[in-house]
Amino acid sequence: MSGGVDSAVAAARAVDAGHDVTGVHLALSKAPQAHRDGARGCCTLEDANDARRAADVLGIPFYVWDLAERFAEAVVQDFVDEYSAGRTPNPCLRCNESIKFAAVLDKALALGFDAVCTGHYAQLVDAPGGPELHRAVDPGKDQSYVLGVLSAEQVAHAMFPLGDTMKTQVRVEAARRGLALAEKPDSHDVCFIPDGDTAGFLHRQLADLGDAGGDIVDSAGVTVGSHDGAFAFTVGQRRGLRIGTPAADGRPRYVLDVSPVTRTVTVGSVDELDVRRVVGVKPRWCGPAPVGPIECLVQLRAHGEPVPAVVRLRADDCLDVELHAPARGIAPGQAVVVYAGTRVVGSATIDSTR
Amino acid sequence: MHTADPTRPSGTAYLDHAATTPMLPEAVEAMTRQLVQVGNASSLHRAGRAARRVVEESRETVAHALGARPSEVVFTSGGTEADNLAVKGIFWSRRAADPRRVRILASAVEHHAVLDCVDWLARHDGAEPVFLDVDVLGRVRPETVRAAIEAAPESVALVTVMWANNEVGTVQPVAEIVAIAHAYGIPVHCDAVQAVGQLPVDFAASGLDALSVSGHKLGGPIGVGALLVARDLALTPVLHGGGQERDLRSGTLDTPAIAGFAAAVRHAVDAQPEHASQLVELREDLIQRVLHDVPDAVLNGDPGVGADERLPGNAHFAFPGCEGDALLMLLDARGVECSTGSACTAGVARPSHVLLAMGSHDERARGTLRFSLGHTSTEADVEALLAVLPGAVVRAKRAGVVSAGGRLS
Repeated sequence: MSGGVDSAVAAARAVDAGHDVTGVHLALSKAPQAHRDGARGCCTLEDANDARRAADVLGIPFYVWDLAERFAEAVVQDFVDEYSAGRTPNPCLRCNESIKFAAVLDKALALGFDAVCTGHYAQLVDAPGGPELHRAVDPGKDQSYVLGVLSAEQVAHAMFPLGDTMKTQVRVEAARRGLALAEKPDSHDVCFIPDGDTAGFLHRQLADLGDAGGDIVDSAGVTVGSHDGAFAFTVGQRRGLRIGTPAADGRPRYVLDVSPVTRTVTVGSVDELDVRRVVGVKPRWCGPAPVGPIECLVQLRAHGEPVPAVVRLRADDCLDVELHAPARGIAPGQAVVVYAGTRVVGSATIDSTR
Repeated sequence: MHTADPTRPSGTAYLDHAATTPMLPEAVEAMTRQLVQVGNASSLHRAGRAARRVVEESRETVAHALGARPSEVVFTSGGTEADNLAVKGIFWSRRAADPRRVRILASAVEHHAVLDCVDWLARHDGAEPVFLDVDVLGRVRPETVRAAIEAAPESVALVTVMWANNEVGTVQPVAEIVAIAHAYGIPVHCDAVQAVGQLPVDFAASGLDALSVSGHKLGGPIGVGALLVARDLALTPVLHGGGQERDLRSGTLDTPAIAGFAAAVRHAVDAQPEHASQLVELREDLIQRVLHDVPDAVLNGDPGVGADERLPGNAHFAFPGCEGDALLMLLDARGVECSTGSACTAGVARPSHVLLAMGSHDERARGTLRFSLGHTSTEADVEALLAVLPGAVVRAKRAGVVSAGGRLS
């Protein structure tokens, strides 16, 4: 229970369903702030108190589990490492993979619990081969993308009671249940960067690397500018390039590629962002791995539109994704999540695009 | 004791009397009788005089029970306020009299109500804290106090050492420490919050200059306590206002709470010898059975049973490989209420400063539980604990393996 409205209502619904529920708040920050500023940040002492208060209202026991060290290692350090390697990580996905449905689930199972119930917007559908993970009914809140890393076993020990409900209804329900956090703002952005300044955070984390500056070049290799840290750039980014001379065609330029080894950032026109083929590594499957090429939908970033594609698992365990329509601004490090309709089939980490 | 608590379902056990213990019927009766009365003890009219009389009779009761004079009893809002008044009040007055007096000698195992005062004075007011080492049982050796004083006797503002530790129950050699400090004219404060009602506490005989006591640890209401202040001890107040309590603690006196507190102190002190022997018997049974049923459990603190060794109601164990908070959760889910004994910040378990001071390493200091017995404890509580503890330890160990980064096969 984060102290937000979703996990509180999820817990309430689990109680209503007759489960023996214990509320757990994860302390993920080593030096939690006292208060929360607006929609950013998490794990403040105020959030912990809000979660505890919600648990009191529901009449369930409540504990704080200190996972700050695991989080720092598996999520924050991974985030920094990925950026410094020129990729664009999704820390929520990493957190689900290695904290919520690994560290927390493993500890819960060891203590005698059966499942981890969260306020994620996704649906579980019973099927002969075990529960299937599906998109939520609220398209604006669907979080199946960040759950795409879960294995079949993790999904079998998960509960997502909010997947069949619109967020607006969840707020109404929270108010009806007398939960004081009903009006708390949604959280956004990266929870461990409370000021929202990812580039500044990375600069501080990577300060000991010394001078990280390099060239900004166009797709023909012509130097058009310079930067003071390649890690601050993401494929598809347009703002903050600070290129003095305009492009020959006068059109805006976008980041096409980030090469941390040469500290080169390549920019080009919007057309050059188009991607038709994606190779994914470290595939994970919510059920049996697909055999042979499958026609499916793929989602290439959080809140991205699903794109029709053919997906094929290669003998070297890499995933070949041929898009039927070009996708734009696809960043290595993000996940490609494979869907059959609304069902999550699995995912892989984007390694390269073409 | 040995009267079943009708408010608790069978098969459940409250083993956290050191956190707070149920109010004694005598205290409830004395307090509720005053709740329906009007009167400010500082008012001059009839209603005020009636309240004043209750307060002063309560003061005499508390003084008599604890070996103090009535004028030495300063009512406070509880143990924390008493500790603040003592540590800050003595420091400020002693330093005002001689600016060289900046050192505060405090045992490393003090309650946070003392430690955090010392820490605050160090960070904001020029105090130089000296935290006195303890041995593996959690006890301050008198030689340690002597050495700390003799390093620079003229610079010591005060010594503060608790009567008995709230986590591991170890009783401190208060009389010896007082003798050493007094040889140098240094006042000694003692936090006796856990001791009163379980151990014989006599303020005059102890020679102490100040002693903290709390109502709700001995069967009185929460939110009231007292600092016993020797008549010749100069003390600078923390709370300023109407000048109540000899100008040492301003604020309208809480007549009902004070009446309940006094009734509880009288009863607890009168019953102390018999209560202590019953607690020791029950506690020893608990310890033996825990060590038998959970063979790798380790008893922390002094294994002795004497009044100068261990608090009668305290049993404190390390369960190697377990996390204390996981154990606590598993026991709570099965109706057994106890404490990890360590301080919490937003519910996050931190290794106990007491166990670290006793030389326990970080991991062992996390996997501990404190079971504390009190006046409603019975053999059935021990039964309820032992019925669920071994299974909880097995599960908590599995969770400990996972938390340490391992995987269950």
